[in-house]
Amino acid sequence: MKKYFFKSVQISVFRVIRVPYLWLKNMSEQSENKKNESNGEWEPKIIAFVCNWCTYVGADMAGTGRMKYQANVRIIKVPCTGRIDPLFLMRAFERGADGILVSGCHPGDCHYNAGNYHARRRFAAFRKLIEFIGIDLRRLQFSWVSAAEGKKFVTIINEVTDAIRALGPCKEYQSMALEPPKDKVMPE
Amino acid sequence: MSEYDNISNEIRELAAKLLARGEVDVVIGYKPTALPGRTQPAFAYKPEDAREFVFNPLCVSGLPLYLTKAKPEISAKDRIAIVAKGCDVKNIVALQRENQIRREKIKVIGVVCKGVVGKYGRCDGKTEPKPEDLDEKCRYCDVNTPRDYDYLIGEKIESSPQSKEKEFEEINRIEKLSPRERWKFWEEHFKRCIKCYACSKVCPLCYCNRCIVDKTMPRWIDPSSHARGNLAWNIIRAQHLAGRCTGCGECERSCPMDIPLMLLNKKLERESEELFGYRSGYNPHDPIPLAVFREEDDDEFVR
Ligand code: SF4
Ligand code: SF4
Ligand code: SF4
Repeated sequence: MKKYFFKSVQISVFRVIRVPYLWLKNMSEQSENKKNESNGEWEPKIIAFVCNWCTYVGADMAGTGRMKYQANVRIIKVPCTGRIDPLFLMRAFERGADGILVSGCHPGDCHYNAGNYHARRRFAAFRKLIEFIGIDLRRLQFSWVSAAEGKKFVTIINEVTDAIRALGPCKEYQSMALEPPKDKVMPE
Repeated sequence: MSEYDNISNEIRELAAKLLARGEVDVVIGYKPTALPGRTQPAFAYKPEDAREFVFNPLCVSGLPLYLTKAKPEISAKDRIAIVAKGCDVKNIVALQRENQIRREKIKVIGVVCKGVVGKYGRCDGKTEPKPEDLDEKCRYCDVNTPRDYDYLIGEKIESSPQSKEKEFEEINRIEKLSPRERWKFWEEHFKRCIKCYACSKVCPLCYCNRCIVDKTMPRWIDPSSHARGNLAWNIIRAQHLAGRCTGCGECERSCPMDIPLMLLNKKLERESEELFGYRSGYNPHDPIPLAVFREEDDDEFVR
């Protein structure tokens, strides 16, 4: 019994880390396909990190209610907004996201009681840092969407997509060098 | 005899006394090196070792590092005495706050300090450095007399209040730039980073046994020193110190590529004060801002 318990904890911890990682890893390839589909026209790529208990269910509700929203968003489900490490957001930008949405339960509604409160503090600081570095804060947005707010989810996705479409691709990040500068290499 | 000779003598006497009485196992302090214009950390285990201790404006390095990660054989000792300037005491308080040290096993020999020499400043080590040679942090120091100590060496002095306007001048300037210009500014700097990790190795508050950059399953931060990997590294390093950094300036001092890391740290220091009303290193009982929350925290930025 005990053994099984540890095993299952191990597996779920592994999945929680592994899944967003693989998702982000595949994203750049997916994005190429996207471009071709729409005849070379640029389409914004938006990653939404949503929590399992509220926003994901809200998004599901939008789906079952057959509400339409712009198809630029890729949803990554995490157990709780408290699980979203700023590293996830950095990686999403690195892999070609033009905008990011982080969304979870309203304050007081967290399935784990306090995850979203912790996330709120973490991101309050992180977005200031990102802004200071020079990323436009319209590219990194936050929302509370409950399981019943399918409509709000649709509105937010549409608004974020429109905002990013107006901003254009996140060129700064995407044009960043992937090679160390030549002069950094020691002469032989 | 100069003021610094007096201070050095007092430190030697006190250290020898503590060791002779068996009150501590080791005293951590500074000693001169063969290189002029430098000092280095020194460890005294016997009263006669204490003879080499000095204190002067060349004593720049932060010794609290030796209470945790720098030398396990020293931090494992039961009773440690440490020579500490005001800013070092802030780091000790922060470490105590984060339960990294047991304050009762440490005796802090606080030294009244009028400023140390900057990374590229010049100083003979006998007199106070000239204002232009002072380290940046010392210009705005508010802890010339340490705020927590077991023994105090030197005459207590009041720190003169400094204008915040001047302290954050460069940060305010950067904030006024457009996002694209800010991005260019930082890209130019981060491009030069060689990922030596000196900035984290030297930081007393970067004490994880395994840093996130060392983790390979998954590998979140690209280990190559190209601009993208450097950006992720520098941002995450600053983020992990958000609300914890005490502004001791060791990271910037040890950066071989002269990346202005203190701009990031100070920016977050100010944000943590504005958002959470917290200043690291002043009170060992305050809650750490990113480890707690209040229900009424501002969520203006969340839709
Ligand atoms: S910051 Fe203050 S205590 Fe620290 S070296 Fe400078 S003057 Fe001394
Ligand atoms: S981040 Fe830099 S300034 Fe802040 S505590 Fe660490 S070494 Fe000191
Ligand atoms: S010390 Fe400087 S060069 Fe080395 S990793 Fe840190 S920022 Fe990069």
